[in-house]
Amino acid sequence: MSDFKALPDLPAPTSSTGLAGWFRSNLFSTPINSVVSVISIYFIVSFLIPVLDWAFVSAVWTGEGNAACEQASGACWIFIEDRISIFSYGIYPADQTWRLDIAFALLAVSFGPQFFDKFPFKMPLAIFSLTAFPLISFYLISGGAFGLEYVPTERWGGLSLTLILAFVGIVAALPIGVVVALGRRSEMPVIRSVCIGFIELWRGIPLISVLFMSSVMLPLFLPEGMNFDKLLRALIGITMFQSAYMAEVIRGGLQAIPRGQYEAASAMGLGYWGQMRLVVLPQALKLVIPGIVNTFIALFKDTTLVLIIGLLDVLALVQSAIEDPAWGAVETEGYVFAAFCFWVFCFSMSRYSQKLERKLHTGHKR
Amino acid sequence: MKRAITIATGVATAALFATSAYAGTLQEVQKRGTLSCGVSTGLPGFSELDSHGNMTGLDADVCRAVAAAVLGDASKVSFKPLTAKERFTALSSGEIDMLSRNTTWTLTRDTSLGLNFTGVSYYDGQGFMVKKDLGVNSAKDLDGATVCLQAGTTTELNVSDYFREHGMKYTLVAVETSSASRSAFDSGRCDVLTTDRSQLAALRTKMADPSSVVVLPEIISKEPLGPVVRQGDDQWFNIVKWTLYALINAEEMGVTSATEDAAKTDNNPGIKRLVGTEGDMGTKLGLSADWAYNAIKQVGNYSEVFERNVGVNTPVGLARGQNALWTDGGLQYAPPVR
Repeated sequence: MSDFKALPDLPAPTSSTGLAGWFRSNLFSTPINSVVSVISIYFIVSFLIPVLDWAFVSAVWTGEGNAACEQASGACWIFIEDRISIFSYGIYPADQTWRLDIAFALLAVSFGPQFFDKFPFKMPLAIFSLTAFPLISFYLISGGAFGLEYVPTERWGGLSLTLILAFVGIVAALPIGVVVALGRRSEMPVIRSVCIGFIELWRGIPLISVLFMSSVMLPLFLPEGMNFDKLLRALIGITMFQSAYMAEVIRGGLQAIPRGQYEAASAMGLGYWGQMRLVVLPQALKLVIPGIVNTFIALFKDTTLVLIIGLLDVLALVQSAIEDPAWGAVETEGYVFAAFCFWVFCFSMSRYSQKLERKLHTGHKR
Repeated sequence: MKRAITIATGVATAALFATSAYAGTLQEVQKRGTLSCGVSTGLPGFSELDSHGNMTGLDADVCRAVAAAVLGDASKVSFKPLTAKERFTALSSGEIDMLSRNTTWTLTRDTSLGLNFTGVSYYDGQGFMVKKDLGVNSAKDLDGATVCLQAGTTTELNVSDYFREHGMKYTLVAVETSSASRSAFDSGRCDVLTTDRSQLAALRTKMADPSSVVVLPEIISKEPLGPVVRQGDDQWFNIVKWTLYALINAEEMGVTSATEDAAKTDNNPGIKRLVGTEGDMGTKLGLSADWAYNAIKQVGNYSEVFERNVGVNTPVGLARGQNALWTDGGLQYAPPVR
């Protein structure tokens, strides 16, 4: 009896492999699926073609002034090109914009490596970006020291103002949020009620009225000599507002940590701050990364509300630029550009948070 | 209600700090070295950012003229973009020294907000714009029309007054911003677009087909727009008021930024007083003798300012109309500098 020898496997039927197979199994597996697929493809294509045509094919990419756009049926991107320095820097003195460039290059250099696992010096860079970087960039942007020309904050604007507001808001709201969240769970009644009061006060009023109060009401109560900066007031308002939200997100994480963890840490002889720093917070913060990033993204987009107090962020400048009578109807281009700016930053934050979640994943995730 | 509270607090605080805060805006501006001037966040022809980031427009140039008169340098203005809601509190809180933001002079604002209107830099009025193919030649034919306008403005009240007065019916489409009202009109959601006539002109340039629309002749309201200062500082009030008058007087006397140096040696005593070679007009205002000279030299007379920002050769393309000098049948009339 000869040994049993299996014949080689036959290749899968051609109808189930390759592009055709994928289509068959995913889009046309049943008659109903086929009908739904055909209808959906029809709608997607009939929507995409005009959009792509508008944005790329018939769009005007080169040329000078409104005249170049008048004949074209597509987007007038030279309007954005013409205004790009305003959108990025606002009314910051044109010969000084290199200072903003350096500040944001520093931001990219110190935060960029956090996206890559194997990059060396990540920890020192992270510490730099949270401590020295804000100071350096503040002096770089506002000047008045080290021989740099002083640029008052009312000349800050555009995308750079959006980034400044968001960066300061994010960097300040997280630690304040942690402290307030711990305070809310404290056993000391005074601290607890102060923290509850803080959260409920700031969370209970709309951001728009916080900004309005900080811009309009506050100066009325201050003596004339003590008029402190409008941008600073807005920043404090945004930070307080977001810290309250942050505190509640973090409290959610703290409550998810089983009591045993606290007790075990206590049994190790750790004091309160030791327990929190070494045992509880690392676990709690990891659990609520999606919530924290959600708050950051909301904060980033909420910065557009500073328009109502006359700070000109990128959206405000787009809105005022589309009113320029020297250009035709360019509002779609303007809003698409503004949306794109926001999307780029929010999407990067979202990707970073997903990466962080995967990296810190220790088996609790389902 | 919110506004009433804000204003009440403003007045109370103003009273508290009256002596320290509102004693001398002039001294404060001179000490600071810049004039802080409230403008809009973007209104074509009046105050808007150009593509180089400079604030341009008629309202902005009024600020520049005051800076030139007070500080001798028209570029020493720090422009504060303000929204309609913010503008009066920013002024009463001292955040800005003057407001030049297409603000209509009304009795209520002049009396109850602790403000003083210093004059009229632009006489505006509310008008209607319709599509040509509607075949309407007068606002009185608008019975039953759908009207697009910006919500929460005096425009809304004026329209309601006008249609009620003429016994006509209308449907309102109130939208949030002026550009939204324009796109609503452009896309055919309404038959009529209404706002101040200077704005209609600017909005018209943004239509898909500007030649398909027409502005009706009727003007249904008076909108005198001008610079505003805080009440209680008469010296500063005089400075802003007379700077505007100086620009108008300069046009009347034919003095322009180009001919002004020649005007210094002119024999006309009126011109001599204006450019400061005779009399002590500047001292009376607390300024240097060449206050008006600086303003006209660096910014131009009223006609130059008008033509540069909103005149027929600009995209806004407004004719002088009511804003012509009184000698040309318009309303611009300035008391003499003497």
